[in-house]
Amino acid sequence: MTKVYVSSVIPAPAADVWNVVRDFNGLPGWAPFVAESRIEQNAHADRIGCIRNFTLKDGGRIREKLLALSDYDLSCSYAILESPMPVENYVATLSLTPITDGNMTLAEWQAEFDCTPEREAALTRQIGGGVFQAAFTALKQRFGR
Amino acid sequence: MVQVRQSTIIDAPIEEVWAILRDFNGHDRWHPAIASSEIDGGEPADAVGAVRHFRLADGGELREQLLALSDKDRRLSYCLLESPLPLMGYVASIRLKPVTDGNATFWEWRSEFHPPAHRRDELVKLVAEDIYRAGFAAIRNLLGRRAAATPAEARPSPAIMPSRPTGVAARPVPSPAILAPSGNMAETTRAILVERYGGPDVLQLKEIALPPPAPDEVRIRHTAIGVNFIDVYCRTGFFDLMRLPGVPGMEAAGVIEAVGAAISGLSVGDRVAYACPPVGAYAEHRNMTADLLVRLSDDIPDEAAAASLLKGVSASFLLHDVHAVRPGEVVLIHAAAGGIGQLLVQWARHLGATVIATVSSDDKARIVERLGAHHVIVYSREDFAEAVMRLTAGAGANVIYDAVGVDTFAGSLAALAVRGHLVSFGQASGPVGSWDIDRLASKSITVSRPNYAHYTNTPEKLAPHVDRFFTAFRQRAVRVGQPAAYGLANAEDAHRDLEARRTSGALVLMP
Repeated sequence: MTKVYVSSVIPAPAADVWNVVRDFNGLPGWAPFVAESRIEQNAHADRIGCIRNFTLKDGGRIREKLLALSDYDLSCSYAILESPMPVENYVATLSLTPITDGNMTLAEWQAEFDCTPEREAALTRQIGGGVFQAAFTALKQRFGR
Repeated sequence: MVQVRQSTIIDAPIEEVWAILRDFNGHDRWHPAIASSEIDGGEPADAVGAVRHFRLADGGELREQLLALSDKDRRLSYCLLESPLPLMGYVASIRLKPVTDGNATFWEWRSEFHPPAHRRDELVKLVAEDIYRAGFAAIRNLLGRRAAATPAEARPSPAIMPSRPTGVAARPVPSPAILAPSGNMAETTRAILVERYGGPDVLQLKEIALPPPAPDEVRIRHTAIGVNFIDVYCRTGFFDLMRLPGVPGMEAAGVIEAVGAAISGLSVGDRVAYACPPVGAYAEHRNMTADLLVRLSDDIPDEAAAASLLKGVSASFLLHDVHAVRPGEVVLIHAAAGGIGQLLVQWARHLGATVIATVSSDDKARIVERLGAHHVIVYSREDFAEAVMRLTAGAGANVIYDAVGVDTFAGSLAALAVRGHLVSFGQASGPVGSWDIDRLASKSITVSRPNYAHYTNTPEKLAPHVDRFFTAFRQRAVRVGQPAAYGLANAEDAHRDLEARRTSGALVLMP
C-alpha cells in the first residue's frame, strides 16, 4: 500500500474554498490538468456513489466514484475505477480545515493505492506533485490576495 | 456547551513543533501565562493519565490530566481537573498536521466546556486569546529565534562511535538522521578532530559536517566543555571509546537548539549538561542522545557544570556506592588537588571522615588544606604509606581513592587498614598491571575497580548522583573552583598541561 499526502495553505476562508472543490463534477473549473467532466447516468454530483468521467488535457480519461462527501467535515473521498495510471485500489480524500489565524484554509489531499514496487516512486511523484500540488497551486493563485 | 477552536500555521517542520508540544509538562517553558509546572507523583509526562499541576504567572493553580497522546496523529487531549475559573467540563485537544507545500505546520487547538451563562463571552475570549493565540505566538517566537540562531550542530559521524567500548560504557550508537528535514544544507561545526591516536598534537581544530538531530537526539550549542583524564585515554587509544577520525570529550554544558521528533521533556532553549559517552564534546555544536542529559537549574552556572558534572557524579558514587564513607573513617585521597580529588576531599570531610590527602607539591598542598583536608602528604618528599601509618597510629586508612595507578598501587596496599578498601579508579601514571591477590589476605583487603558507565549509564542510575552532587554544590558542601579555561582551538595546550600535572582543579574548553 502506497500513500501520498500533500497539504497546502489556501489564502481564503474554508467556506469559499469548499464552494469550489465540493462539486464532484467541477474539476475543469479549477484543476489545471482537466479538460472536461461529466457525471455518468445523469446523477447529481453530490449523490454518494455517482461516477465522474473526465478527460485530462493530455487526452487521458479517468472514471472516479464518489465514496463520501461531508459538508460538516469539508471532505470528499473517491475511488478510481479506470485511469491511464497503473494503480489499483486507489482511494483518495480531499479535505479542508479552517485556519482561524488569518481566516485561511488548510487543504489536504491524500491517496492510498497499490502498484508495482518499481513504479511506486514515479507514481508518488506524479500524483503528489503533478496532480494534488498542481491543483493546490492553482487554488492558491485563484484565491491569491 | 461552547466550542473554542483556534488554528494557525507555524513556519517550521512538524517534527520541531511536535517535539515541543507533545511534552505535557513542558508548557511552562514556552507559554507566557504559565510560571511553573510539574507532574503529580513524578509520572512520565507522556503517560496517558498523567496530571500536570501548574501555576499561572498571576498565581492561579490548575491541574490538568492527559487523556490521549498520539505520536502517529500528533494529537494530544487533556481535561481540566482543578481551576480557579469556572471552565466546567473543559476538554481540549491539540493537533498538528504537516503542510507539505512549504514544510510548515498546521496547528489546531480546540476545546469544549460549559461556562456559566453570564461569563460565557469573557471565558471564550480568555481561552481563545490568552491561552490559545498567546500560545501560538510564543511557539512562533521560540522557533523563529531558533531559526535565526547559529547554524546547526555536529554529531560525530557514526564511524567514530565506539562499537566495542572497553574502559567505559556500553551505550547505543546514535542512529544516523534519516528523518532529516529538507532544507538543511550540509551544516558544519568547528570541532577538535583526532585523525590518529597520539600525543596532544593530534588535537586539531577542523570544520566537520553535522547532520540534523536524529529522532532521539537533541542538538546542543556548547557553552563550556569539560576536560577529563579519560579524554587523554581516548586520544591515545588506551580506551577504545573513540574511533578515528573522532572528536573526543564526554562532558559539556550548553543550550538545546533543536530536538528530534521523539524527544519529550526537553525543549529548545533548555540549559543542559552531560557527562557520558558517546564522545564528541570537543565541538562548538553536536547532536547527542537525550536520555542522559541533565537539565541545569538557574543556580548552576554553565562553566561549573561543564567543569564538575563528570567529577561530581564520579565522586558521588565513589563516596556513596563503591564505598559508603561513614563518619570517623580514615579516607586517603591521592592526587587530591586534581579535579576529582578536590571534590573527594571536600565531600569526604562533609561526610564526617578524617581526610588524608596526597599531592605532588607544596603549592597543591596549600590548596588541599584550604579545602578541608585534615592531613596533607607531599608524596614527592615523603613515603605516603609510612606517613599514613604515622598519622593513624599504625591503624591505616579505611578506604583509599587512587586514580594514580602504577606509582601508588603498592603504597596504597601498604597504607590500608585491616579490612580496608582500595578503590582504584584510574591510572594517570600508568596501568596497575598484574597482582597476586593472595597478598590481599594479609589484611583482608578489598579492591574495587569501578567503571563510570556501570554507575551512570541509565537515567535511573544517573539521577541520584546528579541530585546528590547538585545538592552538595548548592549547600556549598563541595565548592567547584574557577576552572582553568582554554579556547577550543587550544585543546592541545589543555591536554599538555593536564598530563604534565601543571594544573590544579578543573579544566574547561570555551567554544
